Amino acid sequence: MLLRFFKLRRTAPVARDRLKVLLAHERAMTGRPDLIAVLREEILAVIRKHVPVDPGKVTVRADRDGTVSTLSVDIELSMDPPRAAAA
Amino acid sequence: MGTVIVVTSGKGGVGKTTSSAALGAALAATGDMVALVDFDVGLRNLDLVLGAERRVVYDFVNVIQGQAKLSQALIRDKRLETLHLLAASQTRDKDALTEEGVEDVIESLRGAFDWVICDSPAGIERGALLAMRHADMGIVVTNPEVSSVRDSDRIIGLLDARTAKAERGEPMEKHVLVTRFDPARAARGDMLSIDDVLEILSLPLIGIVPESQSVLKASNLGLPVVLADPSSDPARAYSDAARRIKGESVEMAVPTIKKSLFGGLFRRAA
Repeated sequence: MLLRFFKLRRTAPVARDRLKVLLAHERAMTGRPDLIAVLREEILAVIRKHVPVDPGKVTVRADRDGTVSTLSVDIELSMDPPRAAAA
Repeated sequence: MGTVIVVTSGKGGVGKTTSSAALGAALAATGDMVALVDFDVGLRNLDLVLGAERRVVYDFVNVIQGQAKLSQALIRDKRLETLHLLAASQTRDKDALTEEGVEDVIESLRGAFDWVICDSPAGIERGALLAMRHADMGIVVTNPEVSSVRDSDRIIGLLDARTAKAERGEPMEKHVLVTRFDPARAARGDMLSIDDVLEILSLPLIGIVPESQSVLKASNLGLPVVLADPSSDPARAYSDAARRIKGESVEMAVPTIKKSLFGGLFRRAA
């Protein structure tokens, strides 16, 4: 308990560690702050070539955990009959 | 040919304008010819910090648009005759500065002055990019605080990618100027230390300016702090930084906790 109290008092090391992790990720994306938006558009364009996609039914999420970054794209595919796409 | 320096930070309010004025005055005090250029179109303040706000007749945009010659727009400081200011325009049109216009003005100044100091607006938009465009050296003003350090990192990336020098494939000289450093808070472990900031940004240090009343008092008076209170800690920090910019080797003074008998008594009484 006492140890925890003393640990909490020093906030600078927490700041330093948070910054190190954050900047490692941001530097990897240097020059491409819009990377997520670009990826989303290009992935959607590829899928749209083959199936109709409702832009409102797309979820894109970027996540970070330690040294790993993930990008997940969830696309709800339309259940329209195939002739709609052919038309 | 003079050297063009951009004073930049990404984040607002960290002390770019104060530092531009103080470094400019410190360099001018050594006898060098200095031009300070305010790039903050619409929010000019360098004139105010220098006490020249009532002497602005023509500004940067007037020069670019051909309404005034550069020599007419440059304001000579009343106390330091080697210090000059080119004020920003108060126009709301952010596109008033053109790429070519900025290049012409900066190259003319480079030919006439030893040092051209470009005071960048906050942000990473067009104004900040124009301010750094023709720089030979970048001074990144950073407070020992997470958001300022993060934004400094972004700006360092831009200095390495978006300046004319970087585009020519030449290395960009960059330094960190830590401002508003509070030694008491750093000693308590509640403020990022100088070592933390340098390790994270991996840039050489050009100076440490302590948080101080004398900075605010100097701007109240419209004087760069090196003129308003030359013996104060911030003034010394800026003067030392100016000497380092000139290539001199000056030992880095790390601000220490000031102990005053009366201060201690009052604190206890409070």
